[in-house]
Amino acid sequence: MGQTITQKILAAHCGKKSVDPGELINAKVDLVLGNDITAPIAIKEFEKISAADVFDRDKIALVPDHSMPNKDIKSAELAKAMKEFARKHKITNYFEVGRMGIEHTLVPDKGLVLPGDVVIGADSHTCTYGAIGAFSTGVGSTDMAAAMALGEVWLKVPEVIKFVYYGKLQPWVGGKDLILYTIGKIGVDGALYSSMEFTGETISQLPMHGRFTMCNMAIEAGGKNGIIEPDETTLEYIKQRARHVYNVYQSDPDAVYKDVIEIDCSKIEPQVSFPHLPENTKPISEVGDIQIDQAVVGSCTNGRIEDLREAASVLRGRKVHPDVRMIVIPGTQEIYLQAVQEGLAQIFVEAGAVFSTPTCGPCLGGHMGVLAAGERAVATTNRNFVGRMGHVTSEVYLAGPSVAAASAVMGRIASPEEIE
Amino acid sequence: MTGRVHKYGDNVNTDEIIPARYLNTTDPNELAAHCMEDIDLEFPKKVRPGDIIVAEQNFGCGSSREHAPIAIKAAGVSCVIAKTFARIFYRNAINIGLPILECPEAVDGISNGDEVEVDLISGKIRNITSGQDFQAKPFPLFMQQLIAAGGLINYARERISSC
Repeated sequence: MGQTITQKILAAHCGKKSVDPGELINAKVDLVLGNDITAPIAIKEFEKISAADVFDRDKIALVPDHSMPNKDIKSAELAKAMKEFARKHKITNYFEVGRMGIEHTLVPDKGLVLPGDVVIGADSHTCTYGAIGAFSTGVGSTDMAAAMALGEVWLKVPEVIKFVYYGKLQPWVGGKDLILYTIGKIGVDGALYSSMEFTGETISQLPMHGRFTMCNMAIEAGGKNGIIEPDETTLEYIKQRARHVYNVYQSDPDAVYKDVIEIDCSKIEPQVSFPHLPENTKPISEVGDIQIDQAVVGSCTNGRIEDLREAASVLRGRKVHPDVRMIVIPGTQEIYLQAVQEGLAQIFVEAGAVFSTPTCGPCLGGHMGVLAAGERAVATTNRNFVGRMGHVTSEVYLAGPSVAAASAVMGRIASPEEIE
Repeated sequence: MTGRVHKYGDNVNTDEIIPARYLNTTDPNELAAHCMEDIDLEFPKKVRPGDIIVAEQNFGCGSSREHAPIAIKAAGVSCVIAKTFARIFYRNAINIGLPILECPEAVDGISNGDEVEVDLISGKIRNITSGQDFQAKPFPLFMQQLIAAGGLINYARERISSC
């Protein structure tokens, strides 16, 4: 019986020829990741294990990004605890403020995850790296602690749902719209405990940033991981970045899937997810008149240079609506610099938007753009739960960068077509 | 264990269980003081030691924040019963020793405020208020071992010390 790419990667990491869905395994990990919110708990738990040292100082990444730059004294203490742990154990991949980025943009850009790797991260959006053909999944702090000591993680081999995307994308439609549409179709627990394998001609044509966005939001359908078989686009992306040996796996033609879902992309418009679940998606033409107070472009979902270029192409020569605050957040310092050099930063600032240092900040209602009672935001982020970006009565509408930028100009949720 | 039930619906997410504005601490008691605040503002005041949370599908969806099961455990909740759990919450609960049970029939047969008795070893759930009995799905052997060891940290310590 054939194996899926997910099964092949997991089998290779637990010393087996093959694994079956439902099987519990201890898998060796190629990277263990944590941030300033989750790592401090992991560090406390790690101390309780009484391990002499971490399993491999090159295979741990610690990225302060959530409350960064430190938003208050308590957050500063958490960041300090992580930094001291990194120093004590000589962690190779600790990224200080000024050199850091949003972890899921930074880690693949630094070449720390490559095809065929197993990565766990104490952050639910760790599933992002499936875009380069790795098995990566979010876990909790205790899992992170145990993996830092043992170099292993317990995993249940997931069943796999295959998504086949076909058809040519309409203008302004990208990875964000495909994944929001998919979540709208299957629901926020439509892939619970399962792997989401994204395939088809549309995916083959999709650039890396769109693939990252899609895999990033697999968790919003309850998925264990999102994954895309590596191809020429993947290999081109990793060519200059790869620093360790990697393995390209592909699903067998006779691999067994729990379900196969075909999606005709030619009819998909830009999508908007209404409060308070990512599954509440509507095409932009059915949104109606939704006034907004804030527009956010950024996050681990849409903070890549291509996302910024897309937003800038809509904003160029225009002004943010007088009633709207627009906040643009690049994913990493490299992207920040690139945005400056390409003139994107100037477009944002001249339009009247904030152009910020990398941070997860507003996505989780942490800082740098928290909403007041009753305020509404359109955001390129990944969650629109109750109170996600601030006050419990505030609202978040999820969309891609072009819709967020067009909405910032119009003062209501709008299609980029409306301002052309 | 016996406790009074606080019942919730589908997709109770980790932002509702412990909002991000409180994630600048790792102290279990501070987290417990804000547990479930964005779905049920009164919860931290009304919860009593031993109480049980019962919820529909996909409990704990969203973020990987272990602060969520930590807050629930520190609030004194003895067990969470749901039709299904989001996968990160599920493994976090097992790893830190917060008892959870999957039992759709029990969720349908238990109302807010009911007195419920739970036997974690056998997975038997009794609604004392209505007199109904339910049987939760058993955990796979490896997870039973983790639970018996007192969570993942104890398991990892045993592994390290036996190396």
